[in-house]
Amino acid sequence: MSAAEAWRLSAASLADGVRAGSIGYQEAIESGWEGPAARWEPDVHAVVHADPEVRRRGAAGSNGGPLAGVPVLVKDNLCTMDYPTTCGSRILGGYRPPYDATVVARLREAGAVITGKGNMDEFAMGSSTEYSCYGPTRNPYDLERVPGGSSGGPAAAVAYGLCPIGLGSDTGGSVRQPAAFCGVFGLKPTYGRLSRYGLVAFGSSLDQVGIFARHAGDVALAYAALAGPDPFDATTRLGPAPGVSDWDRGVRGLTFGWPANLWKEGVDPEVVGALEQAAACLERCGARRSPLDFLPGEYAVATYYLVATAEASSNLARFDGVRYGFRHPESDDVRALYTRTRSAGFGPEVQRRILLGTYALSAGYYDAYYLTAQRARTRIRREYEAAFARCDFMLMPAAPSLPFRLGEKTDDPLEMYLSDIFTLGANLAGIPGLTVPLDLSAAGLPRAVQLLGPEDSEPLLLGAARVIEVRGEETRLGRDHLTEFAWPTKR
Amino acid sequence: MPIDRAEVERIAELARLEIPPEAIERTAAQLSEVLDFVASLSRLELDRLGPTQFAPVEAPLREDELDSRRLAPETALAAAPEAEGGFFLVPPIVENVSP
Amino acid sequence: MAYEAVIGLECHIQLGTRSKMFCGCPAEFGAEPNSNVCPVCLGLPGALPRANRAAIDAAIRLGLALGSEIRGESVFARKNYFYPDMPKNYQITQYERPLCEGGALPVTVDGEERSFALVRVHAEEDTGKSFHPERHGDRRVSRVDFNRAGVPLLELVTRPVFRAPVECGAFLTALRRLVRWLGISGGDMEKGQLRCDANVSLRPAGSEPLGTKTEIKNLNSIGGVMKGLAAEIERQRRVLEQGGAIEQATLLYDADREVLAVMRSKESAHDYRYFPEPDLPVLVVDEAWLAEARRRLPELPWTRAARFASEYGLPPYDAGVLTEQRDLADYYEACAREVDEKLASNWLMTEVLRVLKDRGWTLAEWSERVPPGRLVELLKKVAAKELPGPLAKQVFGWMVEEPGGTGELLDRHGVRVQATPEELRPLVRAVLAENPGPVRQYLGGKSATLGFLVGQVMKKSGGQAAPQVVQELLREELEGARRGC
Repeated sequence: MSAAEAWRLSAASLADGVRAGSIGYQEAIESGWEGPAARWEPDVHAVVHADPEVRRRGAAGSNGGPLAGVPVLVKDNLCTMDYPTTCGSRILGGYRPPYDATVVARLREAGAVITGKGNMDEFAMGSSTEYSCYGPTRNPYDLERVPGGSSGGPAAAVAYGLCPIGLGSDTGGSVRQPAAFCGVFGLKPTYGRLSRYGLVAFGSSLDQVGIFARHAGDVALAYAALAGPDPFDATTRLGPAPGVSDWDRGVRGLTFGWPANLWKEGVDPEVVGALEQAAACLERCGARRSPLDFLPGEYAVATYYLVATAEASSNLARFDGVRYGFRHPESDDVRALYTRTRSAGFGPEVQRRILLGTYALSAGYYDAYYLTAQRARTRIRREYEAAFARCDFMLMPAAPSLPFRLGEKTDDPLEMYLSDIFTLGANLAGIPGLTVPLDLSAAGLPRAVQLLGPEDSEPLLLGAARVIEVRGEETRLGRDHLTEFAWPTKR
Repeated sequence: MPIDRAEVERIAELARLEIPPEAIERTAAQLSEVLDFVASLSRLELDRLGPTQFAPVEAPLREDELDSRRLAPETALAAAPEAEGGFFLVPPIVENVSP
Repeated sequence: MAYEAVIGLECHIQLGTRSKMFCGCPAEFGAEPNSNVCPVCLGLPGALPRANRAAIDAAIRLGLALGSEIRGESVFARKNYFYPDMPKNYQITQYERPLCEGGALPVTVDGEERSFALVRVHAEEDTGKSFHPERHGDRRVSRVDFNRAGVPLLELVTRPVFRAPVECGAFLTALRRLVRWLGISGGDMEKGQLRCDANVSLRPAGSEPLGTKTEIKNLNSIGGVMKGLAAEIERQRRVLEQGGAIEQATLLYDADREVLAVMRSKESAHDYRYFPEPDLPVLVVDEAWLAEARRRLPELPWTRAARFASEYGLPPYDAGVLTEQRDLADYYEACAREVDEKLASNWLMTEVLRVLKDRGWTLAEWSERVPPGRLVELLKKVAAKELPGPLAKQVFGWMVEEPGGTGELLDRHGVRVQATPEELRPLVRAVLAENPGPVRQYLGGKSATLGFLVGQVMKKSGGQAAPQVVQELLREELEGARRGC
């Protein structure tokens, strides 16, 4: 294969080629920009900060590590010293952090090169990547549709072939839902396995850096490079992360939960069909289906929107126009500075969530809202614990629908919140979730399922995903051979 | 509708946000819709449950040592909208003091 | 009507750790502005805190010293409010489940032993510093420095147990002694190492329910606390006596002008929206840590003062003075183990403390020049009456300036103590011959006259005779005279 086709390779193969000297570092990084990005990026708009000179320096400084020469698009809420980090928000316009997020530093140590910053809903608040100050990202499979969100930029870029790996953040499904909409793998690891240091906080107790890739094996590769304790993040778990070297072990003898009550209504038949198809795959490979009744997702949505907005209202207080970012020019005193800067700097959805969170924490309402939500959170965690006492992992939709149209849900916040109904339970419970792409619907839109497992079950989830991935080759051409990777058809 | 105009104004002030007068009504309605929805939590049996404690990990504390993250003053001030002589500058802090 | 004041204090103790509360920046004072900062204490997007073990340990030791209950699991919380010197616009503190609860500080007020009950002690982070607005071109600006942001503080809250400003002054003095004793803080109010806010209300004397309280901030000296409180009590008394009502308010005390100013703020400004800090795990202090902290806890000042009184027979006042500083108490004990306890106490309280005061030395600076052993050598000679008192004080004076033991100093200054009977017997005989009256009195049974005769011999020797030898010779000569009668 010519070096110009390097973008088709999995990250593992690309790094192999780079280490073997058959592909140059520069070519490895630029191939995605020259081929697919030239064709797709102007329409999709997945990238918000890119700089050929920074990439060239990055490639020159790369090393022969496990991700040697692998380009990675990083969501715009992960701090990078060599690109702006703006969270898709006007309030951070042009801001350049003086430090790298721990996951970014670990990518670089592993030889990866940051190829740019990916678009996102402002401060990761959204499910469609429409709420970005840079304008929306579009779904490469259908430009009239959203790529999901909030990590829509990295999801779409990995899907169209800019890079084999992307990093997002997942507070309520912001990696798994766009992964499903864009037909790629998306892992939200166990809370505390990937450092949050340098991830601009949204909901601190829910946030987790997540990984996009086109192959289960590449997810494993990136996870191995990123996971593990960080002295700068007191919420990372001690001890080494579970080893993923022998993740590809199939599912024989495993039991998967099948909470069919959750998709009895309100879920697109295409999504239900994908679940049946994935279940059949797993069963053919020796796993056993265990039907179970699960707590309806509305409770998780209610709990999530109180906990996440409460934490966000406090986390976003630091954006005040004093030390960095945007400052409203007309402020006679410091109080006016705050109010004007924040009102002009934050978009409407962010302001809405700050207001909701402020209300949930304010005097007289704390018990009724925030404390109740934290109790409900305990209830939801127990629900998962009980489920995992009966099964090794669970099959779950990643989203109730296939990708929806731009503008379809922007006027109805609650409707938008409900599109995370199947993903945010994992954030509340701190457990890992993995979106596994299956195939395309009749309308040519990606179909996917989600796997949920108990804490530290990432290797097991990846093994199960691999089974579905391989079986998926029956309907989609060669997912593990990107030389035959099916480009989405441009409409 | 749990949130009225006055409540929106009170919260907005706490959050240092300014809602244009014409948007207050709509904001109140949107927040109320979400709060009506979250009221569903009252149907769960939560009485015997404690709140979720964050990060229940046995993380060791930081030893009392200096680390390498310290920034040079010019780096610390580099992103400031306004800085001079090593200080961040802000519009006057009005204490609202009356003797 | 007579009113009674009810006062509660909220004290902040700045810890003397190397690094800040939640990051590895230096916690030192006096650096160039914005030079001791990092992403964490500057509140940069994405930065996360991690608690300093030494700061928690200091809180535990203070809690143990005060007899507080130390929680095995306590929780950090965010206190949300906007202020330009607050990098994150929230402060990481503790709220619902603080590290230390209850306890009391023993305090001597006007010679009376009292004990003032506490609500809590916990660790938190300090804010940066913002400065008064100043001219900048055609407008006014405030400057902000974040060096202090994130420096560890302990917050200590008392119950409303004080009835008079003088009690608060004594409490703060005792608290300052304690934090210095434990080595956790410099405790200097002028340097902001110890800060104090006070809540004060008045109620009719003898009545139970509390009146409306006001909060006084900016009390930055012990004198200022007492004056500020007195002024506010007086103000409230006047309002009440004129039939008015006290309005809940925050007041600033201006120590220079000795006046109080009211800070007006909207009601909602005090809705701090506390909630558990999600970036920090539950703070776990296990039994092993507690046991080890207990072992490291020094004997506390009030216990030590009581022991000085009982073990060394010191009056309570002396015991109090000698336990004002831990190193002074240590120094005293090093002396008292070797020489008469009362003699050591007298010399420390008069001679040593006077030198410290005159020269502005710390006890450490003193000890460097005159370690306990050196003073003990001198005091032993005084106790054995081998040195006359005035000469001992002269030797003490040389000791401060020069190296060398007592004997060496005497030699160097050409002073020879007349200590042999051969040298002194002629002087003794001369004095006896010159004072027939006192000699008669002595022989008549009035033995107290001996002291007078010793004094006469000392005078004749020019202060260089060893008193012990003089006394023995006088007795010998007088007893000889008695037999000869």
